[in-house]
Amino acid sequence: MSYSIKDFKRQLADGLLDKNPVLAQMLGMCSTLAVTTSIANAVGMGLAVTAVLACSNVFISLLRKIIPQQIRIASYIVIISGFVTAVQLLIQAFLPELDRTLGLFIPLIVVNCIILARAESFASKNPVLPSAVDGVVMGIGYTVALILLAAIRELLGAGTLLGYRVMPDSFEPAIIFILPSGAFLTLGFLIAAANFIAEKRRQRAAKAVAADNDDIDNASTDNAGIDNTGTDNAGIDNENIDNESGEEGDK
Amino acid sequence: MNTEYLINILLLMLSAVLVENYIFVQFLGICPFLGVSEKPDTALGMGFAVIFVMTLSSAATWLIYYFILVPFGLEYLETIAFILIIAALVQFIEMFLRKFVPALYGALGIYLPLITTNCAVLGAALINIQEGYDFLESLAYGFSSAVGFTLAIVIFAGVRVRISFADPPKVFRGIPIAMIAAGLIAMAFSGFSGMSF
Repeated sequence: MSYSIKDFKRQLADGLLDKNPVLAQMLGMCSTLAVTTSIANAVGMGLAVTAVLACSNVFISLLRKIIPQQIRIASYIVIISGFVTAVQLLIQAFLPELDRTLGLFIPLIVVNCIILARAESFASKNPVLPSAVDGVVMGIGYTVALILLAAIRELLGAGTLLGYRVMPDSFEPAIIFILPSGAFLTLGFLIAAANFIAEKRRQRAAKAVAADNDDIDNASTDNAGIDNTGTDNAGIDNENIDNESGEEGDK
Repeated sequence: MNTEYLINILLLMLSAVLVENYIFVQFLGICPFLGVSEKPDTALGMGFAVIFVMTLSSAATWLIYYFILVPFGLEYLETIAFILIIAALVQFIEMFLRKFVPALYGALGIYLPLITTNCAVLGAALINIQEGYDFLESLAYGFSSAVGFTLAIVIFAGVRVRISFADPPKVFRGIPIAMIAAGLIAMAFSGFSGMSF
């Protein structure tokens, strides 16, 4: 097993920050916008997606040498929809409340781009253990983004967090944040904030690389976490991210 | 087939286009909405491809559900069955158009493969079953929600062309500013929710 702690750390950073499915790669937007009216919904949806993502990543990774190249997408969809049906039946049986609020968006996990994107770009090329970790970590990244978005919307739109009133009585809830238009606005600002943080991290990493220039080993580890370093390239990097997300979005 | 039934279908269609708009109210099909809305031309092409596929897939999934899944008691397989039907249908439409209607294939061809994973198509199929629509209603619902999708994506493409001339702060460039624009259009669309049928 060549899988080490270092690989795990890199995957964790990828899933939560650098390649966060929602905030950096803009995948799975439909469910992100639709279910984030309250934190409880966001957690439920996030866990459902994480479960499906981890299971399908493991299975696709196990079968990666058996599935013929030409029909791989169809095979992935069958595997994914099998797990989605299982999760849907479990939620209907044990959490009927959640099933009612999430409704249509549980079966629609099948066409959630995150899962197909991870299957295609990671699980089909990597052994089982890293694929399982990738599924869990990406799922957690998705869940965290959902919870962030839901927390902002619930706080401003209803004045509550997890159903408990936290804002002072004088606060008049701005219903717009619970409405669909509020979802678009909040997500727009959240992605902008994520871009800002990514930019800052990139600049800091570039500085760190410049500082430890002698220590090549150290510098290469830093590079591994962040795809592109170099302050002067920052503007171009940003463009690349935008293009990439456009293409990924097409799926 | 009486007048009341026809009026019912007409209202269903109107509400699917405006009041329950797929993009701005139900959040179905956001991926292609963000992906191919850079130019009005491509947006229109994608929209027509979606109208075409969604009408046919609504009919196909309805028939398969009521004539194969229900008689055998396999309703719980609807998700798997529907996604496979849609994938096969898209493939079939692509081959059919390439062979027999090359002009249409030239216009829609590149958008067809993307449609398989468009959640609007699967969403329409599932809603048809959930709401218990009959065959004609399903057909009307699939067609008109796709029209609503096209309307939304073309309007948004027009807005995005204007945005591309603007100069927002660096962190807002690309998707964030597009999201905020979509939020403003959604606000306008929520005005339709006052029209209750």
